[in-house]
Amino acid sequence: MTSKVSFQVMWNRLISIVEEQAQALVRTAFSTSVREAGDLSAGVYNRNGEMIAQAVTGTPGHVNAMADSVAHFIRRIQVVNMFEGDIYITNDPWEGTGHLHDITVVTPSFFAGHLVGFFACTAHIVDIGGRGFGADANSVYEEGLYIPIMKFVDNGEVNQTLIAIVRGNVREPDQVVGDIFALGTCNEIGHRRLVEMMNEFELSELEEVSKFIFENSKSATLDKINALPRRTENGFMQIDGYQNYIDLKVKLSVLKDEILCDFDGTSGVDKKGINVPLVYTKAYACYALKCAIAPEIPNNAASLAPFRITAPEGCILNAKHPAPVALRHVIGHLIPDTVYAALDKILPDTVPSEGAGSLCNFQVSLRPSQNDTISTARKRAEVLMFNSGGSGARPQLDGMNATAFPSGVMTMPIEATEHTGPVIIWRKELRPDSGGAGKFRGGLGQFIEIGSYDGYEFDVSLMFDRVFHPAQGRKGGKPGGATVVCKDDGTKMRGKGIQLVEEGRRVQMSLPGGAGYGHPLDRDRKAIIRDVVLGYVSIENSKRYYDLSLEEITLIEDAIRLGQQSNGL
Amino acid sequence: MKKRSRLGVDIGGTFTDVVLEHQGKLYSNKVLTTFDIPEDAIIEGIKGVCQKSAILPGEIEQIIHGTTLATNSLIERRGAKIALITTEGFRDVIEMRTESRFEQYDLNLVLPTPLVPRNCRYTLKERVDSQGSILKELRQEDVDQLIDIIEVANFESVAVGFIHSYLNPSHERMLEKSLKERLPHVSVSLSSAVSPQMREYERFNTVCANAFVKPMMKSYLDRLTSRLLEQEINCPVFLMHSGGGIISLDSATEFPVRLIESGPAGGAIFAAKIAEKHDLDKVLSFDMGGTTAKICLIKDKSPKTARVFEVARTYRFKKGSGMPISIPVIDMVEIGAGGGSLANIDSMNQIRVGPESSGSKPGPACYDLGGNKPAVTDADLLLGRLDGDNFAGGSINLNVEKSKVALGKEIGEALSMEPIESAFGVSEVVDENMANAARMHAVENGEDLAEFTMIAFGGAAPLHAARLCQKLGIKKFIVPPGAGVGSAIGFLRAPFSFEATKSVFMPLGKFDQEVVLKILAELTNESTSFVKKCGTEEKIVIEAKAYMRYSGQGWEIPVIIDSIQMVAPTKNKFQEAFELQYKSLFGRLVQGLDVEITVWSVNAVTNTVLEYPDSTFVSNKPKTELESTSVREVFDPALGKFTEAKIADRKVLNSSNYFTGPAVLVEDETTIIIPTNFISEGREDGSIVVKRVDQ
Repeated sequence: MTSKVSFQVMWNRLISIVEEQAQALVRTAFSTSVREAGDLSAGVYNRNGEMIAQAVTGTPGHVNAMADSVAHFIRRIQVVNMFEGDIYITNDPWEGTGHLHDITVVTPSFFAGHLVGFFACTAHIVDIGGRGFGADANSVYEEGLYIPIMKFVDNGEVNQTLIAIVRGNVREPDQVVGDIFALGTCNEIGHRRLVEMMNEFELSELEEVSKFIFENSKSATLDKINALPRRTENGFMQIDGYQNYIDLKVKLSVLKDEILCDFDGTSGVDKKGINVPLVYTKAYACYALKCAIAPEIPNNAASLAPFRITAPEGCILNAKHPAPVALRHVIGHLIPDTVYAALDKILPDTVPSEGAGSLCNFQVSLRPSQNDTISTARKRAEVLMFNSGGSGARPQLDGMNATAFPSGVMTMPIEATEHTGPVIIWRKELRPDSGGAGKFRGGLGQFIEIGSYDGYEFDVSLMFDRVFHPAQGRKGGKPGGATVVCKDDGTKMRGKGIQLVEEGRRVQMSLPGGAGYGHPLDRDRKAIIRDVVLGYVSIENSKRYYDLSLEEITLIEDAIRLGQQSNGL
Repeated sequence: MKKRSRLGVDIGGTFTDVVLEHQGKLYSNKVLTTFDIPEDAIIEGIKGVCQKSAILPGEIEQIIHGTTLATNSLIERRGAKIALITTEGFRDVIEMRTESRFEQYDLNLVLPTPLVPRNCRYTLKERVDSQGSILKELRQEDVDQLIDIIEVANFESVAVGFIHSYLNPSHERMLEKSLKERLPHVSVSLSSAVSPQMREYERFNTVCANAFVKPMMKSYLDRLTSRLLEQEINCPVFLMHSGGGIISLDSATEFPVRLIESGPAGGAIFAAKIAEKHDLDKVLSFDMGGTTAKICLIKDKSPKTARVFEVARTYRFKKGSGMPISIPVIDMVEIGAGGGSLANIDSMNQIRVGPESSGSKPGPACYDLGGNKPAVTDADLLLGRLDGDNFAGGSINLNVEKSKVALGKEIGEALSMEPIESAFGVSEVVDENMANAARMHAVENGEDLAEFTMIAFGGAAPLHAARLCQKLGIKKFIVPPGAGVGSAIGFLRAPFSFEATKSVFMPLGKFDQEVVLKILAELTNESTSFVKKCGTEEKIVIEAKAYMRYSGQGWEIPVIIDSIQMVAPTKNKFQEAFELQYKSLFGRLVQGLDVEITVWSVNAVTNTVLEYPDSTFVSNKPKTELESTSVREVFDPALGKFTEAKIADRKVLNSSNYFTGPAVLVEDETTIIIPTNFISEGREDGSIVVKRVDQ
């Protein structure tokens, strides 16, 4: 009877080990994207390269993409060439996690001289050379340095040639090399804890425990899948893209013991860097399905296996080398909304309406303006910000205001951002009326206004979608607010690409809201009134969508004047 | 130097603990907390200890008080009607949080509701930049107009939080002045005074929390003072704060947010004092009660401190689901694992325990008060760790059959396990949860637990301490005397202290000695004047720290500023001190990067009397094995089977004898489990030391 309980304990322990591994990375990393925003993942694998457990900390794109990555390392390096003290590395978009900015590091784990498994981790680094982080490249060659799968540490010896090449090719060499070492350290922490566990439970290999984990996860996942109606449904969503509008199409089939998710019919690759390698498509399609069908089952090889994701070669969701892929997330983050369009027909009353989808990121490159005579005292600076629009309304709940979905990352504090360069954030607050009306209202997007100190001009690299295609509602819910970007003199700006902002000008961004769910007239009157009191919805919009009465308006005006505590309902 | 009769009072979630120290002896009393009128329980508790010690209440010379009232007020959202006034463009900082989801796979996630609803958040045109310079002046007419609105809405309390106010508080102070002139009855809290640190979300939340609890705490403390006077107690009353020190009644009234988690902080101080007495440099404090377990690292006899923590988590204690509060705090992890934590089965047929708790009503199934869900206590009972006829000094009779039925129904049926095996599973899962929390906490602090000694207190801790030690590779644990009222005893041992902090960003490349001296002088002045206000005559010691990191990193490490640096700080010495500390934490320095300082802190603390290591600990007196009074079957999770354990009364074990496992030491407040391969010894101070015996 001990073994039954021991396996349960070991499963928990492995999840805790990889969580420690992830925390060690946050703690020692340099890029703001890792340490402030949590754009990372960490996991442990058996000796066949199958993922046994994965850290809860992290973002789905990394998390699920990295699950496939270790097998590529085994295939390319081969077990016979693996030794204690080795560490492997790559940033291959197709064998790692989708773009050159993500570095994946894999460490073989030896116990008593035998290879028992692997630790892997991924993080988004601050720079990888090339044109910089943006959509403008025409091929992956312009997007930066490529590191094929290779040994970063060989038998304890650091590969100095690789370090020299990295240093010579990136804008922030200390930070990038520092992050590579941090990735290695984090795997080491995981390995140490694994050795302790194996000693404690007197294990010599991980096969039995991984079998236990896989069997339990598999049967739990199959129970969930087999409880669904066996049907095939289609989903469709059109989005902005860069060069042309993009059609995302999916066919979702629930079969016995598996779900097929095929993106046939989706638009072809774009000329610019918004294309998505299949591994990233899989990551977000799988994430969307797991959230709706089997949210509580931990991620591992067996719990992910029943979800089969395919897309025809050459479509934007299965872009092949050398397509540019730097901003694969802008399209990738919109995959869940597409999948949900189909799943909603199979599993009603479960999935949310469409939301902002993509994170609304931008990078600001500041430099002294040309006419400035004291420019020697002023330095160039690169500032990256992650921001979120609103999420879609749920069948029984409003959408979440300014909250990332499906991404799992955080924003950076504006006070911290202002310390990284001569940038001033004049506004960062909720955007009223951007949540689509409905029985349940979409989450609000946000306003951001940025400028620079006197004596600077800047380029802003925008990475926004939903300018021409705002989030659409389900069951009669209204669309969310569209993305709008302009300068403070009214000049319109494009949603994607690098654009100049002259000295003294500011950029005003209205980030998109989520769509509503259900018919607005079915909305609870108290919720309508609360929304107006809180300023989520204007009186004009409430009259328009919710038929607000004069009595209700009086009620609202009183509540505002008297500072009524109208949180919640 | 020490007062002759001092009283420690801890208001907890279930019990109010009162401990009187009179002529070197401790008298304690546990009474049920009276939430509506908390001072009632205190008065009742005081009467009890006075009776036990045969002194009159009027003879009490000092009271140190800690309370969970501020924490509860935030958790239950019962507090003042408050407004937040902030910089135009930033009305929603406390609502937008970090813009992330704390649970990634839950499509029906509900985010925590902000403490101040949006219609009560007002903005003013003003702006300070990241260097502390004013970009946009605050205009008096805007202030006056806003105060008209505040007046009409009849707010009791106002929080003020402007962007970068930690660098330049002038606008916040200007607003405060006008508010106080026009609305003298309204209490005002400034973010630059409550928590002058960078990061707007944490700072704004902290000032809102302070404003929220301020009127209520003021009213409570006023009532308490007058009730004490009725009992002819007119000695000074001090408050325990979350950082483990003591502050005056006035400071507590001004900054009540600092009282949050003062009970657990007292527990950490209690453990630190035991560490001193036993001369231990590396201690893991393990405090397990009815609902939660608190785990804290104590190095070199002082608990680790931090600058931010999270209160009122709304989603299974999950990180990110609560409100961040940035105040000096003892760094600990609290998880939903206690004697009352409930067990169930999830969809993967895995046993889960907590964070839901059965509380004191209906309690675990074995209390037989109508609870039919199995709790950790039910598992402990079935595994022989508790004696059903002698629980809590015989005040509650535990019903083994009820435990069996509950465990069988909830766990056994789904997993086809016998009740005993189910109990074993539940016990292993809760122990593993606590072990994981401890490991994670150690990793976040760069520590290896194998070299630590555990100090176990709180009702449930001694039952689980040995198993936790096995899981963590810890070789020794100590159960101190008074373990049941540890926090209140801790209050009596805490120093008077106040930590003043300030965010001034300074890369070492731009090190400015004059500015540094000015910051340190300012902070020293602020912190010492707070401590002096407590009326203490003891010597005040200054402990200064700089929080430093490599440019580009997000985590600072605390670096001690020594006495030479305080008067003649230099760039090189800061660099050296940082590198020394970094290397010891992470092993490897990062070459070629500038180092920066983000936060400065000065802690003024009174010199408390050091506990000297007890000489009996190393005595060579010949020892004999203690005789057992009886035996019973106790399950040993490491062996996976029942063993026959000897039973004895804790009081009989002293420094001249020992007791080898499998064994059980019983007392009224708790039970100490000593498994196979462990040996226990008594100490002169009444502690029980339990060690692993290497085979």
